Amino acid sequence: MEYFLQNLINALQWGSFYAVISIGYSMVYGVLMLFNFAHGDIFMTGTYIGFGIATLLLALCGTVMPGWVIFLLTVLITMFLTAWLGVLVEVVGYRPLRHAPRASAAITGLMIGIILETSNLIILGTKRLSFPALIESTTWHVGGVYLTNVKVLIIAVSLMLMLGLHTFIQKSRWGMAMRAMSYEFHAVPLMGISVNVLAPLTFAIGAGLASVAGILYGQAYPVLDPHMGVLLGWKAFVAAILGGRGSIMGAALAGYLLGAIEIFTAMVFPSTFRDLIAYSIILVILTFRPRGFFGMAHSTQLRL
Amino acid sequence: MHLLRKLLNLFSPIPLSGWLLGAFAAVLLEYYLGDAISYYLYLPKIPVLFGTLVVLKSPQLIPGVIGYDLLIYILPILLVARLSAPLTNRIAALLEKLPTWAATLLHLAAFYGILHLWAGISDYRVLVVKLILISIILTLSLNIINGWQGEFSCSHPGFMALGAYTSSFLTLRLFSGSHALLSPALGPWLFPLILIAGGAAAALGSLIVAIPSFRTRGDYLAVISLAFMFMVKSAIENMEFLGGPRGLSSQPDYSSLPVIFAWTSLCIWMVHNFTTSIMGKALNAVRDNEAAASSMTVNTRKTKMTAFMFGAFWAGVAGGLFAHVLRYINPGSFGIQNLAEMLAMVYFGGLNSIAGSILGAVSISVLSEALKPLELFKWIIIPLMLILIMIYRPHGLIAFTELNVRKLMRARKRGGADNNPRGTT
Repeated sequence: MEYFLQNLINALQWGSFYAVISIGYSMVYGVLMLFNFAHGDIFMTGTYIGFGIATLLLALCGTVMPGWVIFLLTVLITMFLTAWLGVLVEVVGYRPLRHAPRASAAITGLMIGIILETSNLIILGTKRLSFPALIESTTWHVGGVYLTNVKVLIIAVSLMLMLGLHTFIQKSRWGMAMRAMSYEFHAVPLMGISVNVLAPLTFAIGAGLASVAGILYGQAYPVLDPHMGVLLGWKAFVAAILGGRGSIMGAALAGYLLGAIEIFTAMVFPSTFRDLIAYSIILVILTFRPRGFFGMAHSTQLRL
Repeated sequence: MHLLRKLLNLFSPIPLSGWLLGAFAAVLLEYYLGDAISYYLYLPKIPVLFGTLVVLKSPQLIPGVIGYDLLIYILPILLVARLSAPLTNRIAALLEKLPTWAATLLHLAAFYGILHLWAGISDYRVLVVKLILISIILTLSLNIINGWQGEFSCSHPGFMALGAYTSSFLTLRLFSGSHALLSPALGPWLFPLILIAGGAAAALGSLIVAIPSFRTRGDYLAVISLAFMFMVKSAIENMEFLGGPRGLSSQPDYSSLPVIFAWTSLCIWMVHNFTTSIMGKALNAVRDNEAAASSMTVNTRKTKMTAFMFGAFWAGVAGGLFAHVLRYINPGSFGIQNLAEMLAMVYFGGLNSIAGSILGAVSISVLSEALKPLELFKWIIIPLMLILIMIYRPHGLIAFTELNVRKLMRARKRGGADNNPRGTT
C-alpha cells in the first residue's frame, strides 16, 4: 500500500509534465486545427531559457534573495521570453501556411523543431548542463511515504497553472474567442475575431506553460539534454490526442494518465517495457474511443 | 535571355539516349583520365560528389573543382550529346518501334551501366548511391500513404525496422555463421525471398495501425502510427534474440548495387502500376472525398487498407536492403530523426508524384551528403529550405504531375518543336 502510494506521488509528478506540455498541443489544435509539432522543442528551449535565467539570477543576487523569490522570478521571466518564442514560431512558421494543406504545416513544425534543437547544439555544445536547484530539497516522511518539497511544488504549480488556464478560457473574452474558434473554425473570423491575434496568443500561452514545465522538470531531473523535447514532447502529443483533440481538460487528464501508466508499468515490469506497454494501452484506448476522452467527433472532412 | 533561348535550341534536339551517351562518355573519361586531371588541377584525389565535399572543407580548391567538373562532366556531356544527336535520334526512333517496356529496360540498363562506372571510382560513392536508391523506395512508399492516400502517417521507421529485422534475422539464421541452416552459396539467390518476407512482416505490422485507424479519417492516423513506431522500437529493444538495444550486426553483404538498383526499378514500376490502376484512382477519389467515392461504389476501407499495406511492404523491403547495406542495425536507427528525413524527402519532392519522390529523395540525400562538412549547420540549412518550399510550394516541388516515359524517350527533331504533341506514336 505504501509502495503504491509512493508510486502514485511519483506518477502525479511525472504526469504533471505531460499534462502541462500536452495542453499546449491541445490549445493550438483547438484554435488552428493543426498540430504544433515544434511544441516539444519549444519546451526544450524553454527549459534552457529557464536554465539561463536561473543561473543568471543566482549569480547576480543569489546571496540577497531567498530561493523561492528566485524561482518565482525565473518562472515569470522564462514564461515571458518563451511566450515570445511561441509567437515567433507562429508568425514565421505557421502564418504563411494558414491556407496551405495541414500536412505542410506539420512538416514546417517538425523542421522548426529540428532548427531549435540544432541551434541549441551549436550554441551550447553537447556538454550536459545541470539545472541549478533553486529550492533546497527537504524530505517529509508522511505515513510511510516519502515526499520531497520539490515533488509537492511540481504538482501544486502544475495544478495552479491548469486552474488558471481553465479560468482564463472559461471567463475571459479571449478565452471565449478561443472556445468559439474550436467550435466553428470558419464562422468565427467573420464575427470580427482576428485569427492573426488569436493564434499567436494561443502559441504564446502554450509555450509559456511548456517553459514552466521545463523549469519544474529541471528541478526534478537537473541534467539537461537538447533531445529532451523529443522524448517528452511526442509523448505529450499522444496524450493530447488521448484526451480528445482540442480539449484542454482532456489533455491534462490524459497527461496524468500517461504518467501513471508509465510509472506503474515500471513498478510491475522491467522498466524497458515502459514505452511498449504505455503505447499499447494508448492504442487500445484509441481503438475503442477514437475521439479520445473529451474530444468532439470529427466526422467531417478536415482541411487537408 | 536571348542567349539562353539559343542555348536551349541548340540542345533541344537531343533525345534521352543522347544524354545517356554523353554521361557515359563523361564517366569513361573520369574512369581513365580522372586521376591525371585531378592531379593537374591540384586536387588531392578525384572529387567524390562533384567536389561538393572538398569545396566546403578547403575553399582554395574551388577553382580546381570547377575546372574538374567542367572538363570531366559538363563539357563531355554537352559535346558528346550534341554531336551524337543525329545518331542517337535515329536510335531513339528505332526504340520507339519497340514496346515501351523494352525501350525502358534498355534505357535503364544503359543508366545502370553509367551509374556502375561512376560509383566504381570509390567505395564512398557506392555507399551514397546505394543509400540514395533505398531512400527512393522509402520516399515512394511513404508517398503512397501521405500523397495518394492523403493521410499523414508517421509509422514508416517502424515498418522499415520490421523489414530490416525480419530479413536480417532470416539471413543471419539461414546463411551465416557456423551453424547456418542452408548453404551460404544459396544466400544471394534467396535474398529476394527474404526481402519479400521482410516486406510481408511490415505489411502485417501495418494492420495494427490500419485496422483501428481507418474507421475514421483525418489526423487520427498520425497518432496511431506514431504510437506504433514507438511500440516497434520498444518491442525490438526488449527482444533478446534480436540483439535488444545492441542491435544485429555482420549481415551478409547481399545488397550489392545491381540488386538495389533492380529493386528500386521494380518499386518504381509497381508503384506506377498501382497508382494508375483502378485501385489507385479509387485511392485518389477516397482522398478527395470519401463520401462521394463511397457512393460511387468504391470500397473505401479495402482501398485504404490495400494502399497502406502496399506502402508498408515497400518500406519493409527498403528496410531489408538498408540492413544489408550497412550490415549493422539497432533500434535507434529507426526513430524520429529517420521519420523527419523521410517526411522531408516526400514533401520536398512533391506529393502524389513518382518523379517528385525521386527528385525529393535524391536531392535531400545528396544535400545532406554534400553539406556534411558543415556538421551541425546542415540541420539548419535543410530544414530552412524545406520551410521555404512549404511556404512557396505547399505540395512540394513537382506534385501531382507525372513524367511521361514514352515522351521522354522519343526522338526529337531539330528546333525543339514538339513533333508529336499528343505524346503517342
